Amino acid sequence: MRELVIISGKGGTGKTSLTAAFASLAENAVFCDADVDAADLHLLMKPEIRKRSDFKGGGIAEINPELCDECGRCIELCRFGAVKKDYRVDAIECEGCGVCVDLCPSQAIDFPIQKCGEWFVSDTRFGPMVHARLGIAEENSGKLVSLIRKETKNLAEEKGHDLIITDGPPGIGCPVIASISGATALVIVVEPTVSGIHDMERVADLAAHFNIPGMICVNKYDLNIEMTEKIEEIAAARNMTVLGRISFDPVFTKSMVDGVNIFEYGNQSETREAVNDIWNKIIASSSMNNLGIMDFKANIK
Amino acid sequence: MIISVASGKGGTGKTTVSTNMALSLQHNVQLLDCDVEEPNAHLFMKPVIEKTEKMFTPIPQVDESKCSFCKKCSDICRFNAITVVGKKVLVFPELCHSCGGCMEVCPENAISETGRELGIIEFGHRDDIGFVHGRMRVGEAMAPPLIKKVRAATNHKGVTIIDAPPGTSCPVIAAMKGADFILMVTEPTSFGLHDLTLAVEAVKLLDIPSGLVINRSDIGDRQVYDYAARANLPILMDIPFDRRIAETYSKGKMIIEEMPEWAEKFRGLHAQIEELVYKDEK
Repeated sequence: MRELVIISGKGGTGKTSLTAAFASLAENAVFCDADVDAADLHLLMKPEIRKRSDFKGGGIAEINPELCDECGRCIELCRFGAVKKDYRVDAIECEGCGVCVDLCPSQAIDFPIQKCGEWFVSDTRFGPMVHARLGIAEENSGKLVSLIRKETKNLAEEKGHDLIITDGPPGIGCPVIASISGATALVIVVEPTVSGIHDMERVADLAAHFNIPGMICVNKYDLNIEMTEKIEEIAAARNMTVLGRISFDPVFTKSMVDGVNIFEYGNQSETREAVNDIWNKIIASSSMNNLGIMDFKANIK
Repeated sequence: MIISVASGKGGTGKTTVSTNMALSLQHNVQLLDCDVEEPNAHLFMKPVIEKTEKMFTPIPQVDESKCSFCKKCSDICRFNAITVVGKKVLVFPELCHSCGGCMEVCPENAISETGRELGIIEFGHRDDIGFVHGRMRVGEAMAPPLIKKVRAATNHKGVTIIDAPPGTSCPVIAAMKGADFILMVTEPTSFGLHDLTLAVEAVKLLDIPSGLVINRSDIGDRQVYDYAARANLPILMDIPFDRRIAETYSKGKMIIEEMPEWAEKFRGLHAQIEELVYKDEK
């Protein structure tokens, strides 16, 4: 079982469009949208939901005014400023540590487990997909990501798929760490801008920190050739495979409007060839074939 | 006045809008970059940094010579950050949420606190514009504690502009809560619209007035405009797609540096926000 995770550091560089494009090229793959707080892959994959489950996160403190003596212990204990002077808990501030619950002298605080979101197992025209929706303003995004990655793996094993393609979130924090830990390899999608380079270096550091091989792909490369070359130099210096360049092509926006990927939209183009080449390089890469041979069943259609 | 610039979807132009608005105002303004995972505003503002501080969050440190291995610490910890195995207490610093519960319940006073590095905060300025940002340590998972520390630098004088992280979960809330206005930046695509609707839900939860900037306003379709009309969300600015703007951005320059005619538009954007907040207060 191999898992390829598409990340970027910076948001909006084309992770989801590229993941959806790979869906047309990969055979026998299962898909996972690990960007649980702003999931977009379903807009292109149009999943038919087969199974829907609640995601239960941690508890949130709730003070029962009938039992509360207003002794002030909870206010004193809470390091997150969540218990207000009128003995009400600000659910947004509450970290879910439960310290006030355990130490309230009157045992007046409940700790109801919260439904923090939903996750889905679906069918798409490219194969099965696992995705989720984290509730607004919720914590536990890392937990939900870990859960759906585990479920994706189970599903893949059950149905005899040998490849998982995961669309990751932006940033370098908990949902990203949860998305990449234990992955086979990463594709880092970079745009040739000063911020794109800055963010790619941070996410490449994160990949190195967790010892996961990363490969680089430059999107919108012709926006700034100089920056593109700089990205490729940095990648080489870090010993990361450079997969290729994709031009600044309106086909990505146009296909997004139609709710399809670039292979389903319009005619053969240079961009499609570039993405095709990138995919070939990914499946032939040593990171995805750690036995040093092409022992990988996913082929080009 | 605190204006938080947010978006839902990443890469829609939050940093472009917040840095250009700050630069267009010139005086009585500070910019706080709260996207601590991937801070970018400094690449455009190019501030002079005066001070760098390392930030820590408290985590437990166990003196095993005092410990009776009663397991009360691991019982109270909801995050599995401390556990007792035989005659050994294991602390997992990365899992700790710094609630202090273990220290509180330890009957032997065997637990004290040490720090886990969250990252750094840098303080500086560009001319008269105050600048503060946080840079989360690579490998650190929790952004909100560092975001709160960046926000503690709010000077409560003039205008404070916050460049928020993407998404709709806890880091974004940490960057929006307590703001006077939330300026959402989106693009007219299905991804932009979908993530905007989620961001609007978050804003509703916080009950803060908000408005919209539509970036690359002539790509994609009209759905975002229809949604804004339905949701009663004022559109305060359109930035049409212009390859010059994209190239300017790619080089780390600001729009109003290269195209000075935009300075007036960004000042106008701020004036509209003032008006909306003021109207709301009345």
